[in-house]
Amino acid sequence: MSRGGMETIASSARSTASNKQTDAMVSQSNRRYATLCRGREPCLPGGWRAAHRLSSSNPRPAPSAIAKDDEGALVASAKAGDASAFEELVNRYEGKIFRLAMNITQNREDAEDAMQDAFLKSFAHLRDFQGDSRFYTWLVRITVNEALMKLRKRRPNQISLDEPVESEDDLLPREIKDWGPTPEQQFAQTELHTVLSNVISQLDAGFRVVFLLRDVEELSTEETAQLLGLSVPAVKSRLLRARLKLRQKLDSYFQRSQSN
Amino acid sequence: MNCRGVIRELSDYLDGELDARAREELERHLTNCTDCRLVVDTTRKTIQIFCNSEPVPLPEDVRARLHKALEKRLRQQPT
Repeated sequence: MSRGGMETIASSARSTASNKQTDAMVSQSNRRYATLCRGREPCLPGGWRAAHRLSSSNPRPAPSAIAKDDEGALVASAKAGDASAFEELVNRYEGKIFRLAMNITQNREDAEDAMQDAFLKSFAHLRDFQGDSRFYTWLVRITVNEALMKLRKRRPNQISLDEPVESEDDLLPREIKDWGPTPEQQFAQTELHTVLSNVISQLDAGFRVVFLLRDVEELSTEETAQLLGLSVPAVKSRLLRARLKLRQKLDSYFQRSQSN
Repeated sequence: MNCRGVIRELSDYLDGELDARAREELERHLTNCTDCRLVVDTTRKTIQIFCNSEPVPLPEDVRARLHKALEKRLRQQPT
């Protein structure tokens, strides 16, 4: 991308079709909720928890009768108006969606709002979901748009899609050390989470989001490019840089840990 | 292929998107270059560590607010 034609993620995301869908989602939400729940007594009027006969001492619903690995059946059931099936989907993905929103926004309040909006909009527009991707992938797309909007509002001048100014020399690793076969096992699980959150927070948003979509959420290069309004070469360039930067940042943890 | 070439092609190599000839050249370089071999290995591990990392459970207060919001929207449905 030429520097003259640089755009922010925010303005680019606004111009994408997915963002237009997001805007449309807001205006249509009430009608969609009504559609989803039409003729389904459990939605009315006792609401979410009442539909599952939840007690306050046990906030988690009983597992759906649908096999846990059958996402397609859960989505079909939710589309037919079964709120418990949608709740099962929420229970299944809420942790991953919150982590994704947190990693993008770097702000707990924004991440929580982005997650809530993403689930509400996915519910409202479930009937628009055609099943040409996994439901989770569709949910990720909505979440990314919501999280980027929050990020843009909070830090409007820091979300740049500018081509990095580093030279190729800056990418060449220095003082390269072996990490051993399973470096992550040197850390307790919670400690590792802290390390990963810390290093990814140090990446610029333009790198961070590409890495998260490609390597954590496992979207294709083309899907990532489309979602972010970037070219395929731009996604590849950012991914390479993100990977090398994260490698370098983890290097200090794993080397330090090995020397202890 | 030299060390710069390895770095340039690293992502495509790790993603299995390098054509056969370039992959052979890169792997030939790796057999003779310890530094590049370590960079490839540690970059692959970087991706795996992030990819395999399970999310921490949603904080209970965050989860409660999420489900309350969903419940509230459901209650807005016409009867």
